[in-house]
Order: sequence, then C-alpha cells, then structure tokens
Amino acid sequence: MSKSIDKKNKVSGYSKWLEEYEKSGTSKDRKFMTTSSRPIKPLYTPEDVSGIDFERDIGQPGQYPYTRGVHASMYRKKIWTMRQFSGFGAPKQTNERLHFLLSRGQMGLSVAFDLPTLMGYDSDSPRSFGEVGVCGVAVDTLKDMETIFDGIDLGAISTSMTINCTSTILLAMYIAVAEKNGVPSKKLTGTLQNDILKEYIAQKEWIYPPEPSIRLITDMMAFCADNVPKWNTISISGYHIREAGATAAQELAFTLADGFAYVEAAIKAGMDVDTFAPRLSHFFNSHLDFFEEIAKYRAARRIWARHMKGKYKAKDPRSWLMRFHTQTAGCSLTAQQPENNIVRTAIQALAGVLGGTQSLHTNSMDETYALPSEKAVKIALRTQQLLAFETGTANTIDPLAGSYFVESLTNDLEREAEEYFNEIEKRGGVLKCIEQGYFQREIAEAAYRYQKEIEANDRIIVGINDFTDNDEQVEIPILKIDEQVEKEQIASLNEVKASRDNDRVKTTLAALKKAAQDGTNHMPPLLDCVKCYTTEEEITSVLTEVFGTYTEPPLI
Amino acid sequence: MERKYRILLAKPGLDGHDRGIKVIAAALRDAGFEVIYTGLRQTPEQIVSAAVQEDVDAVGLSILSGAHMTLFPLVLENLRKQGAVNILLFGGGIIAKSEENDLKKMGVGEIFTPGASTQEIIDYLNLALPKIKKDEKII
Repeated sequence: MSKSIDKKNKVSGYSKWLEEYEKSGTSKDRKFMTTSSRPIKPLYTPEDVSGIDFERDIGQPGQYPYTRGVHASMYRKKIWTMRQFSGFGAPKQTNERLHFLLSRGQMGLSVAFDLPTLMGYDSDSPRSFGEVGVCGVAVDTLKDMETIFDGIDLGAISTSMTINCTSTILLAMYIAVAEKNGVPSKKLTGTLQNDILKEYIAQKEWIYPPEPSIRLITDMMAFCADNVPKWNTISISGYHIREAGATAAQELAFTLADGFAYVEAAIKAGMDVDTFAPRLSHFFNSHLDFFEEIAKYRAARRIWARHMKGKYKAKDPRSWLMRFHTQTAGCSLTAQQPENNIVRTAIQALAGVLGGTQSLHTNSMDETYALPSEKAVKIALRTQQLLAFETGTANTIDPLAGSYFVESLTNDLEREAEEYFNEIEKRGGVLKCIEQGYFQREIAEAAYRYQKEIEANDRIIVGINDFTDNDEQVEIPILKIDEQVEKEQIASLNEVKASRDNDRVKTTLAALKKAAQDGTNHMPPLLDCVKCYTTEEEITSVLTEVFGTYTEPPLI
Repeated sequence: MERKYRILLAKPGLDGHDRGIKVIAAALRDAGFEVIYTGLRQTPEQIVSAAVQEDVDAVGLSILSGAHMTLFPLVLENLRKQGAVNILLFGGGIIAKSEENDLKKMGVGEIFTPGASTQEIIDYLNLALPKIKKDEKII
C-alpha cells in the first residue's frame, strides 16, 4: 500500500518538488485517504509504475490480460447497456414501469423481486406478511411472470434477474414464458444473479446450506450450456459485499474468490472449463472514490484473465474475459439534501464507464426514502445518456491507462486481492471462510471503521457531518406501495391454484424431489413444475425436504 | 458496580441487510451497553420472547425492506401481550418522515433514519432509559 511520501524518488525534478511541497505545508484537518481508508500520496511519478511491463500487465483492449477492456472497440461500437433495476408492487405495475423505461431509451431489462419471492415464500405465507410487492415485484407462479413480460419481445431484449437462492425457479419461469410466446430458449439473452456465495457473505438471502445450493447452480450451468447458450448463468457479485461495508480491495478479492469457487465447483462436477466460463459475468459496485474504483475494475479484469488462463487452464479467450455490470453505490446516498445524490451518482457512473463496464444501473436520488419515483428514475437514466453522448468520455478506450496514479492503484489492488486469496486458501477455501465468519467479520469491521471515521470528522459527507442545512425540508415525491397489492396478489394466487391441474402439480413436484435426491439435473423437472403453475413455495418446500435449511453461525 | 443497560437488537421480517445493525451493536457495546443481537429473520413473537427472557431495557429494530409499518406494530402488540410494557422500543431503517410520526404515535420511542450517527443513538438511550421507572407502562 502506498503509505507515505516517497523520499528516495530519483525522477527528474522530484526532490525540488518535494522540498516545495513540504515548505508550503498541507491541511492539518484533512486525511488524504480513499473511501476504503487507503492512504494516498500527493504525487505519483514514473517511479510508481517502474515495475510495469506494458505487454504483460496492460496490453491492448480486447487482448490478454484485458486490463484495458474486454473488447477491441468498446463504446465506439456499442455504448454500455443502460439497465435500470426495476420492480415493485403487483406484476402489472412492474410491467408498466418496464414499458415506461423502454419507451425512454432504456436498452435492457433488470427485474427486482420482493423479499418473499427472493426467499422462496408465496405471497400468502405468514412470513410474507407486510412484504408482498414492497421491495420488488411479487412472483408466485408462472402467471405472474407472464404478466411482468406482457408485450415485451423476449427474443429481442436481454433481461437481468436479481434472484439467488430461488434463481433456478425464476429462470425456469422465464424460459416457459418465452416458449409460450414462441421464443425458443436458445435465443434468450440475459443474466441470472444466482450468486449464492455472496448471499452467505453479505446479502444474507438463503434457503439451503451451501453445498446443495452450489449443486443447484452447477445443474443450471450445465443445463444452460446445452439449452440457453447465450444466458449469463451467474453474475458474480461484489455489489452487496461492498454495500455491506467492504473496502474496494475486499470487494474485489471476495468477489473474485467466489467466482473461482464456482469455476472449481463446475470443474469438479465434470464440466470442461471452456463450456461454462464464457457465460460467467460479474457485478461490481461503483463507490465514491473515483480513481480507486476505476483501478478496481482494471485490476479485476487482469486478475480474472490471469487465473482463468494460468490456474484453470481455460483455452478459449472468451473464458478469460471478465465482463461486468456496475451499479452506483446505494450506501453512499444521503437522506439529507437528497438532490445531491444525483451528483454522487453521476460521478460514480463515470467511474464505471472509465473502468470499462458492459452495463450500468444508476441509482435514483430518493432511494434512502423508498423505491424510486418515476421522476427520480428518469433523472438517473438521463444521467447515463448524458455521460454517453454529451461528455465525450466514451470516445476513447481506457483513457486513464498510463496514469502513474491509476496504474499504481491498479497494481496495489491486484496485490491486495492476491494476499486475500492466499489468506482464504490458508483458511481452507471460500466455504470454510463463510463457515468461520471470516468474510462477514472483515466486512463488519470495515463498516464500523467507516462509520467511526465519519463521526470523528476524519471523513466528510456533505449534508451529514458538514455543509448541513438545519432548516432543510425534503420535498420529493415518495413512491408508496398500496397495501391492496398484498390482498390482490393473494387473491390472484388463489385463483391460479383453483384453476390449475393439481394432479399434474403433484406429479411434477414428485419428479423434482426425485431428481434432487438422486443427483440428476433438477432443471428439466423444475421446468415441468413451473409450466403447470406450481407455486414458488411449493417448489422450495420440496427442495427443503431434501436439502434442509441454512442457519448463519452466530457472529457477534 | 452499576448494572449495564441491556439492549436487544433485532432484524424482523425477511430483510437480510445487517450492516446497520452490526455497526450499532458495536457502537453500543463500545459505549458500555450490554448488547444482545438476535440474528436475522426473527418473527415479532421470537423477538419479544427473547426480550422478556433476557430482561432487556430496550429493543431496537432495524428494517430496510419497507415492511416497517407492519413489523413495528406487531412487535408492540406482542410486547403488550406479554405485559412487557416498560421495555423501550426504538428502531431505524428506510422510513419516511410521515411514517416515523405514525410509528411514534403508536408507541415507538424513536426512529433513526439514514445519516443518524451512532452517538445520537447512544445519547438517546442514555437520556431515555434512566427516566423509565420500574413497572412504568411506556408502551
């Protein structure tokens, strides 16, 4: 880590600069560090990048090790996919929001589900009380997915679904909706988040223990390789790890360690690395520290390429590419002076673009209050369009390459990630680290340190501990979810249950259970289940009978 | 030695976002409180029975999922049902101002929203808890 000022730097003019710098003095009140508490030097010079071999470490876009980007033409061929995460209330409301976004220039869909759907409960479960349609859209059966995508050509648009422990059920429903509309699964494009490891680490939405959960994922990877070849099977996610309080280096290291764990699991399940690795994608946070974030994306591409080629012996260059989605940092938004969040988000989005993201979600200014209103989400989308077409920042590829500072940070982040990989291996691997609460503890400690820095005024947050408005009256429209949604969703679920072929539901569930027990791929019987309108909870109940449930080890 | 105040921190509902509650647990502990954290996904019944069993002075709920208008009232109802009416209920999360006022009217002591410092929470508890008399009905 670059800790202090380099006194021995021999670069021309450096010693004279240092003398003047020390003479002129620096602010005693400010700590010069990143969002991740990384100390930053006042000046970076050729000395900081003297160990870099251009061909080995940087190279050209579209070439190994892909530090500069995964495509040769990057945004000159196609601007990143503007993909706003969206979903709330009843399926019909979400369908309207998706049409609203598409009509205003959004290029891909990203669906948010409510907590009962994320956790495998139906809307009429006692555990779902008060949560139906609240933080995303409610899905109980195939009928709800038919409504969400009504009037949208699934053969022509890519869809990202943020769903993890129940991911294979939602994918099966998506395939079934597409088939009903005459779109074969081979044509479908999109991404399933499907990253259960980061759930145990950070977001905490799980049902089954880790091992059967990983098995569901490898089943799905094998199924997609044959039947949904253009689908991104896992979006290996650092977003939630960062939101939970991790530093940039922890986000980078823990996310890629998870990614390598999936690669190892699939290889262990008998798959050839090049059959599945090209369909793995990543998902990172873009926090406030502009240069550190850009360096993080560049380091991530280089690390992924090096490990995939070197350690996992992938031969297909597509297996070496780390493609990623970016979302701006929700945890950086303030409830105070919420309009300032538009500015924070714009800067974070720019870091994602300069870091070479493939798709981007920009948060809305009102998200510390509720799900975004239509007006707020439109400003967030316009922010991306403005970056893409007004600022000129997408004209040249990887414009910060060669910056002494950015290259040096890129190296630092790669090294720190490698140190974490060693530590994880020493502790017995990712699953062991989850069991021991290692990741969880590291993240909680970083979160507490960050909060203490704010409260000690070592870190200034505009509107929180400085530049506050005491007479502030927040006047922004807030999206409210009508309590009626829960009642209507339950009524709709009851209607489906009354009109479906219940004998078929029983038979398909029995076949699913058998596959879960005997280890054959669970995807084909799962598709049969969803096609006859079996509910999500009926499916998770059967799988729970076989796999059991997970309880987090007590950590504090 | 003076008895430390005992605080039960809980995550009700299906929400798994535990960054906030863990920061608050650490801060309250550093400030000299005795903290019991229930872990994730506790039902209102489980939370209240833990509160009674542990003989706590206050219960803090953290909810980021939007289900606060259902879950706070359920915890209050269960506290009353158990006769635990001198336990202070407070909480935080993504909660709109108008809802905050409604919750306070129902009997919630205080609501902390994004931007609140851990010191504000510590100060609030240090001020509110000594005022509560034994057997006083505060909710």
